[in-house]
Amino acid sequence: MRNVAIVSFAQLPSVRVSHATDEAELVQPVTSQAMNQVGINQDDIGFTCSGSTDYLPGRPFSFVAAVDGLKAWPPIRESHVEMDGAFALYEAWVRLLHGDIDTALVFSFGKCSLAPVPDVLNLQNDPYYVQPLGLDSISAAALQAQALIDSGKATERDFAEVAVRNRKNALANPNAQIKGNFSVDELLKEPYLSSPLRKSFCPPLSDSAAAIVLAAGDAAKKLTKRPAWIRGIDHRTEPHSLGQRDLTSSPSAKLAAEKAGVGDGKVDLAELHAPFAHQELILREALGLADDVSINPSGGALAANSLMTAGLIRFGEAASHVLAGKADRAVAHTTNGVCLQHNLIAVLEGE
Amino acid sequence: MAEQCAVIGIGQTKHRESRRDVSMPGLIRIAALQALEDADMAFEDVDAIVIGTAPDMFEGIMMPELFLADALGAAGKPIFRVHTAGSVGGSTAVVASHLVQAGVHEKVLTVAFEKQSESNAMWALSPAIPFQPQLVAGAGGYFAPLMRSYIRRADAHPDTGCMVAVKDRAHGMLNPYAHLHLDQSLEEVKAAPMLWDPIRYSETCPSSDGAVAMVLVDDKHAKRVKNPAWVRGTSVRTERTFFAGRDQVNPRAGQQCAKDVYDQAGITNPLSEIDCAEIYVPFSWFEPMWLENLGFAEEGLGWKMTMEGQTKLGANMPINMSGGVMCTNPIGASGMLRFAEAARQVRGTADKHQVDGAKVAVGHAYGGGSQFFAMWIVSSER
Repeated sequence: MRNVAIVSFAQLPSVRVSHATDEAELVQPVTSQAMNQVGINQDDIGFTCSGSTDYLPGRPFSFVAAVDGLKAWPPIRESHVEMDGAFALYEAWVRLLHGDIDTALVFSFGKCSLAPVPDVLNLQNDPYYVQPLGLDSISAAALQAQALIDSGKATERDFAEVAVRNRKNALANPNAQIKGNFSVDELLKEPYLSSPLRKSFCPPLSDSAAAIVLAAGDAAKKLTKRPAWIRGIDHRTEPHSLGQRDLTSSPSAKLAAEKAGVGDGKVDLAELHAPFAHQELILREALGLADDVSINPSGGALAANSLMTAGLIRFGEAASHVLAGKADRAVAHTTNGVCLQHNLIAVLEGE
Repeated sequence: MAEQCAVIGIGQTKHRESRRDVSMPGLIRIAALQALEDADMAFEDVDAIVIGTAPDMFEGIMMPELFLADALGAAGKPIFRVHTAGSVGGSTAVVASHLVQAGVHEKVLTVAFEKQSESNAMWALSPAIPFQPQLVAGAGGYFAPLMRSYIRRADAHPDTGCMVAVKDRAHGMLNPYAHLHLDQSLEEVKAAPMLWDPIRYSETCPSSDGAVAMVLVDDKHAKRVKNPAWVRGTSVRTERTFFAGRDQVNPRAGQQCAKDVYDQAGITNPLSEIDCAEIYVPFSWFEPMWLENLGFAEEGLGWKMTMEGQTKLGANMPINMSGGVMCTNPIGASGMLRFAEAARQVRGTADKHQVDGAKVAVGHAYGGGSQFFAMWIVSSER
């Protein structure tokens, strides 16, 4: 199988409201930045793929407008997934394995400021039996967090510690939205949004966009000194109904991690897409990450969570450490669906 | 490319205006189970699933693959969701074939569906977008000016569109899965009310509920059936919506997409080397326009092929043998239906609308403002 690597990454700073930016205005700056970093432009790109959802802007085919942010002339090989941008990266990885093209541009964009996101996410539930109950994303995550407490695997204090660490890490990340030195005791005094979840255990709503350039084999080496090679990548899903799952574990993340080869070597850092604090604990266990692994040096999704982009940003952040020579082996993770239903995991290596 | 890819299983639902008899999971299971049975496989034999559907808003579910995972036996497996506007059914099949060709998976189930009765597509396609004039006209209103432009440029016979409708509906009579079974004369088609000049009501596609599925496998598993359809070329192309330099009547993205698949399949003269084609014709006039765009006719002469009856079953270049989108349009599935019908032809399983001895067939889909294209070429020969 051909070797494919992440060679560059760009993102817009995550903010609560990015005023008056449409799809093209979100996409153009990040895609051109990612290409500029390695000295190429759209004419050098073999395949372009993006991820986004129509349910944020509230209109069908919103991704069509994003094409106007690209130099799609002459016409380009292009595709789109109605999933997080990290899944667009997966499609681009598959496309590069064919061997006829050497580079791919991946991007995604999401403006949470356009929609009441927790309520909109209820539309991911079974339309016949669950949607009518109005199970918003925070309430669903709270069910999972309570199950975790009831199982004895974690406490509310553990959740608070995750939140404190992520937002402390975010201090070093100019693109993060929520950052600072908070204390565990302080967070545990916050009122519940949906018991046992307090505001700080939940993700912010962010507007952002991100782009990554992938390259294969020698082309990757030509574009950058130290490509972040995708050594393994896999994704798996679980049954949809919450009642059919043990919410305190993530068998799909565990399986994807095995297939991607997470345990085949020492992991320096992991960027986990855990929008809710307790989900980081579930994912750490599923991926079998040792205690010395640096988790979410960027601050993770608790510091910035632009829907559809937060996953691709995990891939970009993990790759950045490898590209900069600060890590030899990094893990990137993305989730989709209610309570971690669907998980994508990749292992990125420097050599 | 590490592996060859073959279609060894095809299934589809009976398409109707409203399949109130089944839920969404029920709808896709009909197609998926039929495809698996055709391939002599079961859900547990599938390595990965690729699903496509048009805007989530048509059904009111965000990322329906999450909720449909159970119905497709996807637990513990990868399930991947593609969305490229009207071309999505085609793009989905292309992504599925690439998973096999790249050697990532050996056996992939691909499914596309739309349950249009859950909403009203015409109005879902007419949203008010900030800073843009609202086009309260559905897809027909967008495309009608392109057809008028085509008629003027090609000096086309005004009956061409009606001839396409008569022909596709006659083909649809032979397809038990088709939504519309209309035995229509040219006079009847011409007598229908004009919706968007030059498109009469009788020259538009219906809104359908339906699903289609295919099983795609590598060399090793192609032996499961005696008549695999080998994927000989796949391609996608996109151009911008707003760009003064583009020609929406004869889009360059479509031309390049066609050239790419022909090159991959070693085809230099599509008209003589391709036995039949299923192309995306949601409004009658797109048949002559695509005949030119895909290189079956010289520019300006596509309408003559239609008027001379060359695109009928039994003639030299049969187009839309199944009745096409003009008879059946579950939007998200319409592209994959074209791809699947092309595969049925080269497998020799197209029953009453079979083209005798078909060996090489084209599947084609387009979407957006005539800007997204997906195609494949399938052959009975490896």
